Amino acid sequence: MNDKIGEKSPVIITRDVHKWFGDFHALKGISMDVHQGEVVVIFGPSGSGKSTFIRTINRLEKHEQGEIIVDGIELSHDVRNIEKIRMETGMVFQQFNLFPHLTVLSNITLAPIWVRKWKKPEAEEIGMQLLERVGIPEQANKFPGQLSGGQQQRVAIARALAMQPKIMLFDEPTSALDPEMIKEVLDVMIELAKTGMTMVVVTHEMGFARGVADRMYFFDEGLIVESGTPHDIFHNPQEDRTKLFLSQILKH
Amino acid sequence: MSTSVNTTQEMKPPEPPGFRTWVRKNLFNNWFNSLLTIASIVLIYVVISSLVRWIFTQADWTPVVQFPFLYLVGQYPREELWRMGLLLAIYSLMVGMSWRKWSTIMRVLTVTYASFFVVMAIWLVLPYIWPDVPLEKVELWIPIALFANLGIIAIGYLIGGSKRISTRVLLIAWLLSLLISLLLLYGTPVLGLIDIVPTSLWGGLLVTLLLAIGAIFLSFPLGVLLALGRRSSLPVIRILCTVFIETIRGVPLITILFLFSLIVPLFLPAGWRIDRLMRALIGMTIFSSAYTAENVRGGLAAIPYGQREAAEALGHSNFQITALIVLPQALRLVIPPIVGQFIALFKDTTLASGVAVLELLAVGRSIVNSDPAFIGLQLEVLGFIALIFWVLSYMMSTASRRLEASLGVGKR
Repeated sequence: MNDKIGEKSPVIITRDVHKWFGDFHALKGISMDVHQGEVVVIFGPSGSGKSTFIRTINRLEKHEQGEIIVDGIELSHDVRNIEKIRMETGMVFQQFNLFPHLTVLSNITLAPIWVRKWKKPEAEEIGMQLLERVGIPEQANKFPGQLSGGQQQRVAIARALAMQPKIMLFDEPTSALDPEMIKEVLDVMIELAKTGMTMVVVTHEMGFARGVADRMYFFDEGLIVESGTPHDIFHNPQEDRTKLFLSQILKH
Repeated sequence: MSTSVNTTQEMKPPEPPGFRTWVRKNLFNNWFNSLLTIASIVLIYVVISSLVRWIFTQADWTPVVQFPFLYLVGQYPREELWRMGLLLAIYSLMVGMSWRKWSTIMRVLTVTYASFFVVMAIWLVLPYIWPDVPLEKVELWIPIALFANLGIIAIGYLIGGSKRISTRVLLIAWLLSLLISLLLLYGTPVLGLIDIVPTSLWGGLLVTLLLAIGAIFLSFPLGVLLALGRRSSLPVIRILCTVFIETIRGVPLITILFLFSLIVPLFLPAGWRIDRLMRALIGMTIFSSAYTAENVRGGLAAIPYGQREAAEALGHSNFQITALIVLPQALRLVIPPIVGQFIALFKDTTLASGVAVLELLAVGRSIVNSDPAFIGLQLEVLGFIALIFWVLSYMMSTASRRLEASLGVGKR
């Protein structure tokens, strides 16, 4: 695995990141490095700060202390830096958040046209290629409301990929899906991981983690309790809280 | 397994009940309902029969029939009426093209617009076919020209099928025709091509429509900006917009109209004058924009925050998020309340008569008062004016319902 990472500096560096919601201390000093091409899975009980953390990486949440450096750009109050980082990172949400008033294809081409300033035919060609890649080119001219949850989430992945990001952030991408639709979304994510995309994934899908994750981080109460390779985490967890949580989600 | 498939194939939805069953079930299912049904039938019969009797035998329609041009354009000089004809011809073309392009909402508007010509043409030919009618004989080419507009609508419909007429072209053409019609009605003082007709001579339906359409189109963008301003993160803008909206909403329209006709001249440099019609238009626009703002704000609040986050994550700027993602969804949601508000605004134009603007209702009242022979004929005139307002309001609400259906409000 080390040869995959090589000698390059990490593409995401976070150092001692803190975040408060009012008096609630949501992140209590998170430090994490993610290298080019790595797939990182973050898991933990609800309220552990895992979603909050992934959202600080593209500034959907503002961190109040510590530093975050994405692709060599420091995330600060400078609006231009925030814009740059958002162009380098794609994000997929639990609730899909597709734009309901636009067709599937327009959902995908909107940001390339308006943010990247591509020509419309160019953007549509790439949009169609991405729809092929996620397996639903025939849905291009429908509206999101006419699609199943799994299809919507695949469109959301295509929409994020259309900006040609270096990093993909997934915030519980399968938690809102019916069980029979989880696989179709995970398949797309596995394919993406194999192409060498750098991915940070908040999920409880342990099969996915076992299959493609390079590192796993267990979050609890705003802290990283334990991290390691999937093999370490599943077969040799060090902390009692990790053992307890794994036993709870793997039991059934 | 195969038997169960067979039964499902043979199952049919239950037959809808026949007329007699429906009547028995819904109108006569117990003694109280039966009593209500019979009482209603009697009431409806009494009202309708006496109404019909009044319309055809008792009412005297002279003050309505005798002054077609007064109701339409007020004191607008008769020798300048050709301008109105030219203007109607332009609009006929535009309506025809829009009918082809946006048939869902334009059909009802086109029908209303076309029936206007038919009614007007018949009205003006009346003295030729029915000599008793107390109506001046206009030159025959006028009703013929009115009828010709039906042809122009048809031509517009044919042209509208062309690929070159895109939505953008059509919208620009509409804007241009609105501008041209104002220049045509008022005259062009700069080039001196046609004489100026001061707005004090304008009146009737012309002024009613001008106030309504003008206030609707000016107040809408203003209201959207106010709504966005009220949700702004900049405190100065937010407070200014909130104070403006709450102040305007707390004052009756008629008061605003009075205030504007008194206040606006004070702010103008000496020697400048804004005529009454303009002052009324500004007052109505400002009044309506406050209500539009509150309706739009409701729509904005209904858009989930995830929409904004998804757009932010894609790198969209704040302006793009508002213009491309939040506003289009919010505006679609608020079509019903906004149209309701515009219908109210259309009817509120009658209040402009309070500041000496001769809109439709003011014209009607002045006609009744103009001749001792018309004493006691108010009901006929008011009924006629009410009918005009009802037809146009109903047209607006029908068009909006079709627009909602075609945009799928509440479905997507």
